[in-house]
Amino acid sequence: MLVFSEGDKEGKLITAADVPAGGPPVHAWPKDPNTSVVRSASRLNEILIIKLDPAELDEKTRARAVDGIIAYSAICSHAGCPVTAWVKSDAGDKEVFKCMCHNSEFDPREGAQVVFGPAPRRLAALPLALVDGSLSVAGNFIGKVGGAQPG
Amino acid sequence: MTDSAGRARVRRGRIRRWADDGTNDKNSQQEFKWLKRGTSMTRKQWLLSGFVAFTCLASTAAVSGPIENYSPVTAQRLENPEPGNWMLYRRTYDGHGYSPLDQINASNVKNLTPVWTFATGVVEGHEAPPIVNNGVMFVATPMGQVIALNAKTGDEYWRYKRQLPDDLFQLHPTSRGVGLWEDKLYLATTDDHVVALDAKTGKVVWDTKVQDYKKGQYMTLMPLIVEGKVIVGGSGGEFGVRGYVAAYDAKDGKELWRTYTIPGEGEPGHDTWQGDDWKNGGGSAWMTGNYDKETKTIYWGVGNAAPWPGETHPGDNLYTSSVLALDPNTGKIKTYHQYHQNDSWDWDEVEAPMLIDLQRDGRNIKSLVHPGRDAIFWVLERTPTKINYVAGWPFVSTDVWKGIEPESGKPIVDPAHKPVIGKRVEFCPSLWGGKDWPSAAYSQKTGLVYVPANENFCGGFTGEKVALKPGELWLGTKPEDIGLKTKPGADHFGELQAWDPATGKKVWQHNFPKSQLFGSVTATAGDLVFVGGTNDRNFRAFHAKTGELLWEQKTNSGIMGMPVSYEIDGTQYIAIQSGWGVDAQRIQDALATNNIGIEANVPQGGVIWVFALKK
Ligand code: FES
Repeated sequence: MLVFSEGDKEGKLITAADVPAGGPPVHAWPKDPNTSVVRSASRLNEILIIKLDPAELDEKTRARAVDGIIAYSAICSHAGCPVTAWVKSDAGDKEVFKCMCHNSEFDPREGAQVVFGPAPRRLAALPLALVDGSLSVAGNFIGKVGGAQPG
Repeated sequence: MTDSAGRARVRRGRIRRWADDGTNDKNSQQEFKWLKRGTSMTRKQWLLSGFVAFTCLASTAAVSGPIENYSPVTAQRLENPEPGNWMLYRRTYDGHGYSPLDQINASNVKNLTPVWTFATGVVEGHEAPPIVNNGVMFVATPMGQVIALNAKTGDEYWRYKRQLPDDLFQLHPTSRGVGLWEDKLYLATTDDHVVALDAKTGKVVWDTKVQDYKKGQYMTLMPLIVEGKVIVGGSGGEFGVRGYVAAYDAKDGKELWRTYTIPGEGEPGHDTWQGDDWKNGGGSAWMTGNYDKETKTIYWGVGNAAPWPGETHPGDNLYTSSVLALDPNTGKIKTYHQYHQNDSWDWDEVEAPMLIDLQRDGRNIKSLVHPGRDAIFWVLERTPTKINYVAGWPFVSTDVWKGIEPESGKPIVDPAHKPVIGKRVEFCPSLWGGKDWPSAAYSQKTGLVYVPANENFCGGFTGEKVALKPGELWLGTKPEDIGLKTKPGADHFGELQAWDPATGKKVWQHNFPKSQLFGSVTATAGDLVFVGGTNDRNFRAFHAKTGELLWEQKTNSGIMGMPVSYEIDGTQYIAIQSGWGVDAQRIQDALATNNIGIEANVPQGGVIWVFALKK
């Protein structure tokens, strides 16, 4: 299951209706449905959930989406900052995820690939499923969570 | 497959998938102990380095390995360094950034040529001066690495690689160098530890946690070493920390004192804050201090108040945007001077002022000179008990200040250009100020101060009230709202300025039409001023008296760090790290997006460059 990681609804379950179409993304923590433990103690677990027009998504991304809703790790692949912004790209006209630490941008329509900035690789993607109207996690992260650390 | 079976599978997957905080902590504990036992290498690396050593022995190449005949660093050597060495951040405790070597000089610098280079293998901002002690060079890089090299040949002795935690995020992935004492060196890390390394082998001698990186506390500065004390200050003003300067025993890493830059309840200056604002009021202290060896006083620069809009923390907010005079033995605050009150522009004043003996207005002044991020060139007088305002003037154009009160030295703010809550406010210069952390230099020979300044940049943002979440950016505005604008019709941005601090006259200025200037400046007795800092990747030498450009060399990347000079066996060398990143990159992104014709591609990756005269 997934719960809000910030805002008025912090800790509440996220339903498909909670995710606004066209962004901005909802920030979420995973919650273990058995133990009810919200896995928020490691910041590496934070997730971005966004709803986009399925027609805008590339094939692989569309395959992972439920109703246009897709999820990515919120941890920037550059130096590990939280990816916080949803703004118009420096490199195009579309709105993209942006990490404000060093301006890396990721396009969620194309598997969160890097469209600007120093980040070396896409954000890890997280397959979703709808269970009883709430969003839940349907598989492992695709890609590596966290920043690059040379050396 | 049934529904419940499917769910069960999902759950099992989740257990493996999520970073397990408990286990993670245990892992890092183990790693920590391992480091403490005296090595940072994994077993595989041991095997590899053994292999390398073996092949080197078989060939005639220089052998990497422990340093023999290392010269221990003493208080006397730090107070009066040999002309051929560079053992402190700015070479001398007075912070001049000046080398007395003059073999390389204004008449022959055109023959300056690379003698060796060394790729660090690391990306991001390489901001550290190569530190040199009798033929041995120590270079700190981003990601917590230190490389020991033969300063004459460029051969590596050893390399230390800190294993940074997986969940660390680095807003400023950099290091500004290692401090030296006796046979050890000291590194302040971005996961907020101070680490002592054996100078001969690079092995960890001790490792002390300073604060918690998970709360946004980190360090990037080169520790200041004073009589066996390792003195550091914390970063993290953008995360709402309460800044501090702390000292550790160079022998064993025991904490000796810690002085908060924001006074707590009952301490003098506490009443310049309201309510609980002081608890997260910023005042980070992320640059190395200078030291007056006569009065035994450390002068340490303090950063901006947090969050940015002054409205969120009414009052003067001592000791943010100030210089503190500290007793190195106790950390006690002897006195202070606040450059500007109730900071609202992210104007850190962390670069420590230079200690300069001046003849001004017919009298001798033991001065503190600080070209501020707040666009004012400050001249202060230091006495054993007080810091007096002497003079101040804008060294780049600013619309924030209407003047300076002549007695107190307090700048008079124009409220139209002071950020507030709920309304966008524009101001000049930008957040990065007239001059950011890259250091100015002072030449004892010319009597001039050389300032890496930026003109024609303005900034702005809309202040908002945001609740503090430990470890998350807390700026008091949306980070995406922060602007960097160039003034319409601007014909240049970076300026290398030469000022006479005795008269307040600008003697010369070199303009950079298509680049910011974001690199530390070093002066030498050869009437030269060295600086990188531009997006065309050049390293340059200017005539210290006239500002004439005498020499330039294109390097691998952009240069932010500090040039140094040293001497071995009668040859003078100039060394610099080229490796662009962090704030130089951030300004670059803004410039390249807004201005057609500005170089957008400044490749990253660090290289140490060493130059000497062509023989
Ligand atoms: S950590 Fe995201 S751009 Fe650097």
